[in-house]
Amino acid sequence: MERFAELLDRLVLTPSRNGKLRLLTDYFATVPDPDRGYGLAALTGGIGFPAVKPAMLRMLVMERVDPVLFGYSYDYVGDLAETVSLIWPAGENEEAEAPSLSEVVERLAQASRSDAPAVVARLLDQLSPSGRFAAIKLATGGLRVGVSARLTKQALADFGQVDVQEIEELWHGLWPPYTELFAWLEKRGPKPENAAKAPFRPVMLAHAIEEADFANLKPADYAAEWKWDGIRVQAVAEDGVRRLYSRTGDDISGAFPDLAEAMDFEAALDGELLVGDPRERTGTFSDLQQRLNRKSVSQKMLRDYPVFMRCYDVLSLGGRDTRPLAYAERRELLKEFLTTLPPDRFDLSPAISFETWEDLDDKRCNPPHPIIEGVMLKRRDSHYLPGRPKGPWFKWKRDPFTVDAVLMYAQRGHGKRSSFYSDYTFGVWAGPEEEPMLVPVGKAYFGFTDEELKQIDKYVRDNTTERFGPVRAVRADRNHGLVLEVAFEGLARSTRHKSGIAMRFPRISRLRWDKPSREADRIETLEAMIPKGAGA
Amino acid sequence: MAPLLRSQPQGLCCPEGGFFIDPVRPVERALITHGHSDHARAGHGAVLATRETLDIMALRYGPGFAGSTQEIGLGETVTIGGVAVTFHPAGHVLGSAQICVEANGTRIVASGDYKRSPDPTCTSFEPIPCDIFITEATFALPVFTHPQASHEIGHLLKSVRQFPERTHIVGAYTLGKAQRVIALLREAGYNEPIYIHGALSKLCGYYESAGVPLGILEPATMEERGAAPPVGSIVVAPPAAIDDRWSRRFADPLACFASGWMRIRQRVRQRGVELPLIISDHADWEELTQTIRETGAGEVWVTHGREEALVRWCEINGIAAKPLHLAGYEDETE
Repeated sequence: MERFAELLDRLVLTPSRNGKLRLLTDYFATVPDPDRGYGLAALTGGIGFPAVKPAMLRMLVMERVDPVLFGYSYDYVGDLAETVSLIWPAGENEEAEAPSLSEVVERLAQASRSDAPAVVARLLDQLSPSGRFAAIKLATGGLRVGVSARLTKQALADFGQVDVQEIEELWHGLWPPYTELFAWLEKRGPKPENAAKAPFRPVMLAHAIEEADFANLKPADYAAEWKWDGIRVQAVAEDGVRRLYSRTGDDISGAFPDLAEAMDFEAALDGELLVGDPRERTGTFSDLQQRLNRKSVSQKMLRDYPVFMRCYDVLSLGGRDTRPLAYAERRELLKEFLTTLPPDRFDLSPAISFETWEDLDDKRCNPPHPIIEGVMLKRRDSHYLPGRPKGPWFKWKRDPFTVDAVLMYAQRGHGKRSSFYSDYTFGVWAGPEEEPMLVPVGKAYFGFTDEELKQIDKYVRDNTTERFGPVRAVRADRNHGLVLEVAFEGLARSTRHKSGIAMRFPRISRLRWDKPSREADRIETLEAMIPKGAGA
Repeated sequence: MAPLLRSQPQGLCCPEGGFFIDPVRPVERALITHGHSDHARAGHGAVLATRETLDIMALRYGPGFAGSTQEIGLGETVTIGGVAVTFHPAGHVLGSAQICVEANGTRIVASGDYKRSPDPTCTSFEPIPCDIFITEATFALPVFTHPQASHEIGHLLKSVRQFPERTHIVGAYTLGKAQRVIALLREAGYNEPIYIHGALSKLCGYYESAGVPLGILEPATMEERGAAPPVGSIVVAPPAAIDDRWSRRFADPLACFASGWMRIRQRVRQRGVELPLIISDHADWEELTQTIRETGAGEVWVTHGREEALVRWCEINGIAAKPLHLAGYEDETE
């Protein structure tokens, strides 16, 4: 358990992706079976113990610690799991070896609702403070160490020197503690057969097209579709098993029972998950966000934010693998197949007819629907290939929105950037014209070069008005301030932000040293960019 | 009868002996527990302290830091205005002492800052039986449990092996913590040169002259050389330098911080630390409560830190206790 606890402690504080990968591969290389397999399961969200609840932990600790001292401590630490892990009285028999991760998992898994408190208390007695913290996080779910399931699988691929797609393809047929998987990755055993029904097929991804690419591409070789602003999903129904996967192969069926119910077919479809009814309206991304990352869905949610799938490919049909077929053939199959599916849940991503690139560019800049974020180009003769092969698929996004904002606060970065003020909160003008005030509208921490970072860092240090821990307030008024051109993908109303606006994917696109701060944009400019609800 | 010790704006005062302990403002006569700048200030008339504390004050403030100085050994007693004053080891930093004052049958021990865990750079704390124990309370919450320092040094050495292309910069308080970290690295068998920030050189030199071996130390930065230490080195620097512009000259710096505060995750995140090392020169909760028991004191005065929690613990355990509000003392860091 101590190795796992140490891994979590380091992962959460290691900002760089490569650093995280190294910590993970080292863990897989040095921790024996079955512990590493349970560690893998915990990191990919494959373990949960519903019998353990925060209220139970609080009750257990209150039986052992003076409530006043607990209160002082909890106020100071601010996190229940952490407070419990630190304040828990050390066990009597400290010589006895602390339980391993697999022992912890085994004991928690066998605990019934009635004996769970005793099982948890005994575990906490036997562990160190960081071991206790890890055990509590493991038991209550949600490790929150900044590591996605996808990154963990990438670390596995690095560890075994295989392609990450091979792991994604196998994933749903494997179970903790993954001993056959590790045997294969260590070249000690055969590649596990995928025994799972309705498996995930690694998705095909597109390259962003660049200006120079067009010279080598013939419009006649490519079909075009709109790029919808939803999330990429794969709907697989085979042998009575129905699964909805995210683009990285996570099973998200549980969050979308309305769609899963409609998956009464024998096929694997690739498409975009959107909110609304395809015959009437397509909802915005913020409508879709109401449905994302939920464990359970209320009836009201299902009614107000129904989901549907706008399909653009078919990977398997009636037991036949269609991926080796050309795009044009797959599209014909898909078109015909979709006529048999419920029209409120599935529709076809429409094709855009065009003659020349200029023609398509014109359509891209004037899309027929606000939820479109660009166009996709797909080579008519291309097979469905996993990963991001260069050439067959391109995405050609709508140009981002931009706004001129004023730098208001700067925060120190992490890792390589820990000595730089690299996270910027920026604002636009609001209030009366003659006496405007800056209101923060977003935060960005990339988009600038290393050289520009140095310049902004110096500016921040030279123009600090106040300090709050790692944050500095920067002088920003009508006569003085640094104007940042901020690019972003969209806006939505938000009750969590003072300005009432939330920006999607903001980044610094240019430093406007030349522009007087009073000429930065006003909040009304941003408000005008918010899409007016849903509806085509 | 006037109390033997009482709190005044200048600090802890003994009216009968006419002296203050660790006063925060200049006074006629001061008794100093240890060399940290919030306890040992310049400008007093006369200073009584251990040899090491006097030396450290002279290093920091220059030889004229007080009108006159008097050295006292650990275990030694002097009488000042009818009050018997004895210095005992506190185990905090080199030269640190508890100060025991005794008159009219009452004995009070002012702990200064102290810890109970082993430290290769200073003499270990000894509990002194007394009527009233004045304890520090920097880490006086039951959530503060310091692991063994060798365990934390193990984390650092493991990280150096795991990320050999990065420079590990360890933030450590200039007096005491920095030398302890270096000595602990040596104890763990790390024999490479350790690179130190310029602010540490005088004190590291002093520790060595006082008989604390620190191995090969190299300056982390040199004007004429301009070259950074080799990739994979360990650099020790004051806490403020680890995430400041100073650290940019090193290869992909990995910020470490040796402090008892690193026990709390929120503190770690606030400091932007990648590798926290829970190494403290102050007693943790267990050591504080164990020490109070061992002194046998019937009354405890609690100062600088989280007084209320320790007062509460004393109440639960049937010991009279009160917070002693002394202004001017800082948290361990910076």
